[in-house]
Amino acid sequence: MSDPMRIRLQSQAGLTTVKVLMSHEMESGQRRDEDGKIVPIWNIQDVSASLNGRVVMTAEWGGGVSKNPFLQFVIKGTKSGDKVSISWRDSRGDSRTDEALVA
Amino acid sequence: MLTNRRDVLKRSALIAGLMLESLGYIKSAGAYQQKAFDAKSVLELYKSLGLSMPTESKLITLTTPEIAENGAVVQVAANTSIANISRWIFMVEKNPVPLIATFNITEDITPAITLRCKFAQTSDLIAVAQLSDGKVFYAKREVKVTLGGCGG
Repeated sequence: MSDPMRIRLQSQAGLTTVKVLMSHEMESGQRRDEDGKIVPIWNIQDVSASLNGRVVMTAEWGGGVSKNPFLQFVIKGTKSGDKVSISWRDSRGDSRTDEALVA
Repeated sequence: MLTNRRDVLKRSALIAGLMLESLGYIKSAGAYQQKAFDAKSVLELYKSLGLSMPTESKLITLTTPEIAENGAVVQVAANTSIANISRWIFMVEKNPVPLIATFNITEDITPAITLRCKFAQTSDLIAVAQLSDGKVFYAKREVKVTLGGCGG
């Protein structure tokens, strides 16, 4: 099981800025180890965000996203107490979901 | 010819590795657009995503550092005032794998997306906005990289 994501929400006038920091190696599949062998790709492939259980954004990522990925986006029409949840699934089939409440 | 034991072992380890790799490929080949992430050039990428050639638009704003000291972590942001955007495609033109990420934009979020990505060398960031009517627009912006972010 991987480390939890850090999710920070900032709300203003019904707009919530979501900042997510995920904990993942994001191996690009381009790097070589000391023996000159290519380190196999290992990356987050699918990301989805939902507001109170309704999907508001999905994404597909390759190995070009930085290690310990940072993502920021803005959800419209939010109010206090709304639940934002973020999920990812990686190329090894591991996944993780974390949640945060709009203040 | 594989004459000694060491060579045979090496070869079988290689074959086992290849088999594992192909299994991984099958596993991840569901909705995930593996083909697009295999594309080695921007042109190939447009084709595999089924996009027509995009036209440049001034209505797309990219925020990138002019110079990145460390290509492994470059924060880029895209926004647009074009209405009805349904998908963002982020790519770094000169990376070995140009496609970084695609984002499906619903009407519940704004088009503003920020992401940290890797630059193998000095390159253009290209952000393509696909609209719900199928039209495609792009903007690009160069990031100078002093230390690459992919490979050794």
